[in-house]
Amino acid sequence: MLGKLSWKAIPFDSPLPIYASLVVGLVIVGVLGWVVVKGYFPYIWKEWITSVDHKRVGVMYTLMALVMLLRGFTDAIMMRAQQAIALNAPGYLPPEHYNQVFSSHGTIMIFFVAMPFMIGLMNFVVPLQLGVRDVAFPTLNSVSFWLTATGALLVNISLVIGEFARTGWLPYPPLSELAYSPGVGIDYYLWALQISGIGTLLSGINLVTTILKTRAPGMGLMRMPMFSWTALASNLLIVAAFPILIATLAMLLLDRYLGFHFFTNEAGGNVMMFMNLIWAWGHPEVYILILPAFGIFSEVVATFSRKPLFGYRSMVLATMVICIIAFTVWLHHFFTMGAGANVNAFFGIMTTIIAVPTGVKVFNWLFTMYGGRLRYDPPLLWAIGFIITFVIGGMTGVLLALPPVDFLLHNSLFLVAHFHNVIIGGVLFGGFAGYNYWFPKAFGFKLHPGLGKAAFWFWLVGFYVAFMPLYVLGFLGMTRRMQHYDVPAWRPWLVIAGAGAGLIAIGIALMIAQLVVSIRRREELRDTTGDPWDGRTLEWATTSPPPSYNFAVLPEVSGEDAYWTMKQHAREGEPPKLTAFTMPSNTATGIVCAFFATVMGFALIWHIWWMVILGGLGAFATFVVFAWRDHTEDEISVEQLERAARAPQGTQLAGEVA
Amino acid sequence: MDQPHTGARLTGRAFPLLRALMALAAVNLTGCSSVVLDPKGPVGAAETTILYNALAIMLVIVVPTIVATLVVAWWFRASNKRATYRPEWVFSGRIELVVWSIPLMVILLLSGVIWTGSHALDPAQPLRSTAKPLEVEVVSLDWKWLFIYPAQGIATVNDLVVPAGTPVHFRLTSASVMSAFFVPQLGSMIYTMNGMATQLNLMADHPGTFDGRSSHYNGDGFSGMHFTLHAVTPEQFAGWAASAGQGTTVLDAAAYRQLARQSLDNKPFVYARAAPGLFDDIVRQKLPPAPGPPPGPRTPPAEDNRHAG
Repeated sequence: MLGKLSWKAIPFDSPLPIYASLVVGLVIVGVLGWVVVKGYFPYIWKEWITSVDHKRVGVMYTLMALVMLLRGFTDAIMMRAQQAIALNAPGYLPPEHYNQVFSSHGTIMIFFVAMPFMIGLMNFVVPLQLGVRDVAFPTLNSVSFWLTATGALLVNISLVIGEFARTGWLPYPPLSELAYSPGVGIDYYLWALQISGIGTLLSGINLVTTILKTRAPGMGLMRMPMFSWTALASNLLIVAAFPILIATLAMLLLDRYLGFHFFTNEAGGNVMMFMNLIWAWGHPEVYILILPAFGIFSEVVATFSRKPLFGYRSMVLATMVICIIAFTVWLHHFFTMGAGANVNAFFGIMTTIIAVPTGVKVFNWLFTMYGGRLRYDPPLLWAIGFIITFVIGGMTGVLLALPPVDFLLHNSLFLVAHFHNVIIGGVLFGGFAGYNYWFPKAFGFKLHPGLGKAAFWFWLVGFYVAFMPLYVLGFLGMTRRMQHYDVPAWRPWLVIAGAGAGLIAIGIALMIAQLVVSIRRREELRDTTGDPWDGRTLEWATTSPPPSYNFAVLPEVSGEDAYWTMKQHAREGEPPKLTAFTMPSNTATGIVCAFFATVMGFALIWHIWWMVILGGLGAFATFVVFAWRDHTEDEISVEQLERAARAPQGTQLAGEVA
Repeated sequence: MDQPHTGARLTGRAFPLLRALMALAAVNLTGCSSVVLDPKGPVGAAETTILYNALAIMLVIVVPTIVATLVVAWWFRASNKRATYRPEWVFSGRIELVVWSIPLMVILLLSGVIWTGSHALDPAQPLRSTAKPLEVEVVSLDWKWLFIYPAQGIATVNDLVVPAGTPVHFRLTSASVMSAFFVPQLGSMIYTMNGMATQLNLMADHPGTFDGRSSHYNGDGFSGMHFTLHAVTPEQFAGWAASAGQGTTVLDAAAYRQLARQSLDNKPFVYARAAPGLFDDIVRQKLPPAPGPPPGPRTPPAEDNRHAG
């Protein structure tokens, strides 16, 4: 009846996850209860959960990323604590638990923090920057988000029911095959990523279409803001790379569920094929994450230097070069497989070539600041912190791109330090810069700058204290993923790294404080202009927060930095003529679909076949109902537009946030 | 191995400070025997040399970039009245040319290092030496290392004895999941995979004892999967091999199947006789891949299963 599921699936013997999930469960119930009691539920349902507004979807993506960051960071603290005490000792986490912790840390941080953070910001900003009213496929956008949320939910369910993968964040076979990992951990991983991966692919298709097909009149490709360019490159990579991920994981699923032999030891399976395929997705994935961050920094550096981006065309070229070369470097993840000198040398050289356009970007940011008037608000601090940190991370990356050096440092803590150096210093810092930069646009008030700066400094210093010791540990020969070790010389560096994680924890606490304080003091921090930073791009041309339709009249674009040009040439004149238009109606398709996907995913993990069929039919029925609906769009009348134009700025969402 | 050696001399002369700094990072570790930056063989030495050289090449551009970023960011702060505001300065062909060429030239230089380094240090490349290489066959098991000496007809678990100053030619495979063979102070790690044989050539310059481990995560017993590499004089090696062959323990197909079952933290052990062709039988899967955990509720694997059954 319930497949492999039984009471034994709940790990009563290891109290840590039980208590943790009990606390999380209570918090969720508490928040839900508060929402219902306060009578906010109808508002949240109508305005957020069923919303197809790209801004709302973007905010929900970002919120999910920030919440999951707390979960992933908890894993990180647990690992740092374990390694700080596990010198010739078992520590407090047995291997089967520790191995789940580092696997879920990586999985969550990449798929449910970095990805939704970047996708959320792209979702929110890109249509505004392009001067349009929504993404190309608004309902699909909502479905994408809720499928990603399904994946996150499944990963977290594994904490209480069953177990998570114990293979690392990429489940290399044959360890991940049924013979060596008979438990449900890998299945949780695979189905969570399949479902959220489909969401991401749909989101990529959506944004590529939006950027290529729907731009404000006059906005040619070479007038697009840099962030939109990097979003285009990133989403092109999603469209090209995510099918590889989905197919690869599907093959592993076939091995595990139907006795296929794609990657098994027996019957001609080939593990090397898995590594090639997973990294043919995995390396472009790195650029999927970092390119939008590059775009954010381009916007932030230009805005806070009060100068246009230096060498715009060069930057566009650099972005697209990275986009293409991203697909020619995957083999550097396994130089140590013994492929031979020519193959290794080729991929090593291709990898270092990526450093060229990246270096160009760094120099262009530098020259953007040169001759500027820099305002040190939190977004610029994150950008400068990023440039310094990323240059170091890039350098260690190029070191690892040299096969003879990789032979020494592969899979060591040097590697771990390198990719945290670029993912935290690049993607996460970019996300935080964007969060501080666009928050007033989303909610109508700025985030508290003082607490923002304090959070930045704790993060920055914490990052260096936490990860520089890991470089040293790599030189000392420490391999990653060790649950215990017997080299006393490693201990002090691991303790320092643990202290760094503590500083980052303070940084996170300050960010939470920043959000709370900003909401409480929102009247002082109110942005009534719609343009709090003296911005250059079209998202600042509308109110903060923007109306659901973004622009009453689509802006006419006559050059790069469209809004800056408008401000320079502003003239009193006839107000533009308002005409009515339609906007897509909200729909519960996304969340209902995700509900059935969750049921189906859970049932597949536990082999509850009747429930699989039920979930599948439910999801299909949801689509049918959606496809046959009569009411698809709501009209925004001229009268509504005029009323909105008369209303004082910043009032629209004020009551809603409170 | 000529090219990297030339590089070694160059680094030694040109970047003494850098070398000292890097050595500083490895302070108080002289007693420890897994420091990558303290190589004890030609492969590790050549690889660390390439590491220093590449680092030096990049620091030449990275350090000025970081300094320039900080200086520019500080000088052009809004409150600095002496800084000139040039809001229209958005493009300069000359600067673009420079910013594309500087990284490009660095990468050209590094590409040369990559190409020559990849070829000189290809793990399958035999080492130049007058001594005849010692053949060792390596099998990674869950979670221990099996070393077979085909010429000597003996085998060991978690203990690898080699003559110093003699190249060692390894052929490596895995009984089950992927692992990686790594002796940090000798250089080059390499993956082990079931149904395949990889190759590696290493040499210890002088006698010594070095840590070895799996540098690829491979399951619950991963952290305890150590071995020790003892580099001894050729005479000591011959003596050791002869005495190891004195015992009665035999590694044949049956003993291998027993050994291949999952076990944790195995103590070093010697087989006095190893059946010929065992390694090739494992690679060709005439001996089937080792089993994973037994079916049923999870039980921790045995500490040491050598004598069990």
